Amino acid sequence: MSAAGAAPLGKDLLGIEPLSTEQIQLILDTSEPFKEISERAIKKVPTLRGATIVNLFFESSTRTRISFEFAEKRLSADTVNVGQSGSSVAKGETLVDTARNLEAMRIDMVVIRHAASGAAQFLADRIESNVINAGDGTHEHPTQGLLDLLTLRDHFKTLEGIKVCIVGDVLHSRVARSNIWGLRKMGAEVAVCGPRSLLPNAIDEFGVTVFDRVEAAIEWADALNVLRLQLERMQLGYIPSLREYNRVFGVTRERLNRAKRDILILHPGPMNRGVEIDSDVADGPFSVILDQVTNGVAVRMAVLYLLSGGKPELAERAKAGGGGGST
Amino acid sequence: MAPPPPGQQQSSTSAAAAAARTVLDARALDRTLRRMADEIVELNNGTDGLVIVGIQRRGVQLAARIVALIAEREKATVPQGALDITLYRDDLQTVGPRPVVGPTSIPVDIDGMHVVIVDDVLYTGRTVRAALDELADFGRPRRIALAVVIDRGGRELPIAPDVVGKKIDVVAGQRVDVLVEELDGKDAVVLATQVAPREVDA
Amino acid sequence: MSTIILTGGRVIDPSQNLDEITDVAIVNGKIDAMGRGLSDAAAGRTTPTDSRRKTDGSPETMDCSGLVVSPGFIDVHCHLREPGREDVETIATGAAAAAAGGFTAVCAMPNTDPVTDNQAAVGFVVRQAQRAGMARVFPIGAVSVGQRGEVLAEFGEMIAAGAVAVSDDGKPVASAHLMRTALEYARTFNVPVADHCEEPTLASGGVMNEGLISMKLGLKGIPSEAEEIMAIRDILLARRTGGHIHLCHMSTRGSVELIRWGKDRHINVTAEVCPHHLSLTDEAVGSYDTHAKMNPPLRTGEDVAALRDAVRDGTIDVIATDHAPHHYDEKEREFSDAPNGIVGFETALAVNITWLVRPGIIDLPLLIERMSCAPARLFHLPGGTLRRGSPADVTVFDPKAEWQVSSAKFKTKGRNTPYQGMTLTGRVHATIVDGKVVHRAAS
Repeated sequence: MSAAGAAPLGKDLLGIEPLSTEQIQLILDTSEPFKEISERAIKKVPTLRGATIVNLFFESSTRTRISFEFAEKRLSADTVNVGQSGSSVAKGETLVDTARNLEAMRIDMVVIRHAASGAAQFLADRIESNVINAGDGTHEHPTQGLLDLLTLRDHFKTLEGIKVCIVGDVLHSRVARSNIWGLRKMGAEVAVCGPRSLLPNAIDEFGVTVFDRVEAAIEWADALNVLRLQLERMQLGYIPSLREYNRVFGVTRERLNRAKRDILILHPGPMNRGVEIDSDVADGPFSVILDQVTNGVAVRMAVLYLLSGGKPELAERAKAGGGGGST
Repeated sequence: MAPPPPGQQQSSTSAAAAAARTVLDARALDRTLRRMADEIVELNNGTDGLVIVGIQRRGVQLAARIVALIAEREKATVPQGALDITLYRDDLQTVGPRPVVGPTSIPVDIDGMHVVIVDDVLYTGRTVRAALDELADFGRPRRIALAVVIDRGGRELPIAPDVVGKKIDVVAGQRVDVLVEELDGKDAVVLATQVAPREVDA
Repeated sequence: MSTIILTGGRVIDPSQNLDEITDVAIVNGKIDAMGRGLSDAAAGRTTPTDSRRKTDGSPETMDCSGLVVSPGFIDVHCHLREPGREDVETIATGAAAAAAGGFTAVCAMPNTDPVTDNQAAVGFVVRQAQRAGMARVFPIGAVSVGQRGEVLAEFGEMIAAGAVAVSDDGKPVASAHLMRTALEYARTFNVPVADHCEEPTLASGGVMNEGLISMKLGLKGIPSEAEEIMAIRDILLARRTGGHIHLCHMSTRGSVELIRWGKDRHINVTAEVCPHHLSLTDEAVGSYDTHAKMNPPLRTGEDVAALRDAVRDGTIDVIATDHAPHHYDEKEREFSDAPNGIVGFETALAVNITWLVRPGIIDLPLLIERMSCAPARLFHLPGGTLRRGSPADVTVFDPKAEWQVSSAKFKTKGRNTPYQGMTLTGRVHATIVDGKVVHRAAS
């Protein structure tokens, strides 16, 4: 095993689109040992001891924030949660000022979730700390994409050539976009399925197959990544009703039973049981939804570990000292 | 000792290869390991409660050899574990590039056991310190002992090995490497001039 | 085993490129065979006569000499008023009137009361039509719940219950965003979205075409642009979404140009025109005759000419009636207050022949293409063909018969027709649905 290049991921993780296949490979490979740590009795390693990480969540999210918090604490970092209510964010402090204030407090890393696409980039351009995008608007959610890739790889042993169909509201989904980038870079075949009113118009130019009916998607796919349908879509005129969505696009036991092979089921959560996915599918033998959650912590630990690389100048000095590793 | 044949993929340039000196060849290394295995069993007064844990990477292969040798001698299979200490290193902030983390696997409960840490080369002692910290997160052994194939001196911490294969004085600018068949294509202990950086320890 | 043999008629079936004098045999509701002398072969008699079926079960023959035998007409746009206004028309009376007009199938618009915007309502229409046993009725479901133009209706449910298209007709889909999502959502089910093109703020308060006549009569007009703005909007959205937009009752020459523009670019746009827009101008309003009041209104001579050309060159794909019965009392009012709409089933064929075929603008095969084959094809309906094995939906008509329009004799409950008293050419002789004769002209 050779040393990863200095700053193998750069300063920030803003999306999967800017990553190379090798970088994605590195993150997935690095996640493996971190999975093991979460199985130990003492789920902690001293790796990021003394590091300060701020979880800046402008959009409420329980699961992603908790997952990041576990990842940070298991690496022995000190974490601070800044949420919407009771913070200066609620008082209307701009993102720029928030960033500068954080920097003035000499924090090491920021994990940011924000409702505006591009917010993570905005922050990253203005502070020296490492910035990790935990979901910005409808743009990207890279750690979710990565943990989905890891979960698929765990099951299929490779990502090359596997057929993954993303089912649901792709138009408004940052998870879908991150997944599409990641899957294509790793050589998987990607399709989407949903009502055309919830698929981006230019989706065909993404190099992605489009299925108008979920039955056709099920016939084709090795795995389905089922997206959560948000209730607002009905009010905004994209689809008529959740009931009809389930009848036409729902991933149900009956539909899966007609498939020629067992299809792996993923879902980023939280699930609308009975809408986009039926309970007996979500809780069924081919669902890896809980594995996704477990892998989420490992992937986030790997990302924090890889981003938190030390200063290259000090590394040079260490090398010059004649050490082939400090045994 | 004959210089290593050309085409051997060691550290770097042929200059370094030409300057390499084999300290132990395959047969000598095997003899050393046999003796180390016997000493470990002797230290423990048998194989009960013994757990051999190799430190990534080459410590793992060496630990496997020792476990095999013990099995041959004592007709008993001792549990074997592997420890990757990357995340416990005390120099993570200065080493710069993020080292790749290998797998850790401790298959038995180590509470009350006699754990023998196996590594290829003992130098500053920092790797062993990291290993002790990591083991502490797995349980509380009755005793932890250290077995190394090569002790090259140069300790920076108060760490002492219990079982040593060979003591070698290595001067600044030189390095000693233990090669194993599984990773390096042959078994040997080689002394060479430090040219390119060896892979960051693991 | 029930058999009808249509003998000696001019069989015109554009779907098979057929136009010849021949016999057609209908067996058990399906087109069975075509050829000369079929009745002789079947009945073993030498003299073909127009006979009813004998008690011994031998086949019925219908003498069609001098008549045209064509695939049954299909009207993709009509209003049957049930549920809600059964005083003005029911599905039964509407289906009977359609049959009298030679229509073997019609598509009923959903602006009923309550609006046909769910699977229960669609199922109701289907069952009422089955009970009536006249022309087939294919419901069109609403685009939006209540036709309020806010949220999409459940296309999937309605289509599963029998709807063949969606439309908010009666009204336009005013929101471009909703039209866009409707076109996209409809792609899942491969059905057309039919739009009543009327920009609401331009058309608001208008009661006839905006032009010289409206100025003279002092009535507020609806400018052609009200239709054209929506038409081009819909065509552009069809381009963006890849959906199928069907433009209802086109009435202006500007619209024709826009449809041509869209078709030149292979955008999936289809269009219909009504017989009244091919035959009458705003002069028919005359002295405030509410029987000439409909939406979109009658336009000018240039518009009529452009629409006729469009029917001929295929820019307009189908002729539909927009049959819209109203109560006598409702139409018997000041022009501005009267509701829009005229009946159309029972005059459609004659108007088309009188104003399109007789002057030589189109021939009978093209007329049948526009009234039967194209409607079936574009709306994915059974029918529109006399191919062997197809359901026996057949219209038999006399292209030369002259008759005087008398609304009192109509099968529809509505009496609101601008053709009252006119002598027109072309008359339905018999209408056969599923092998059953559902209409016979009074001899």
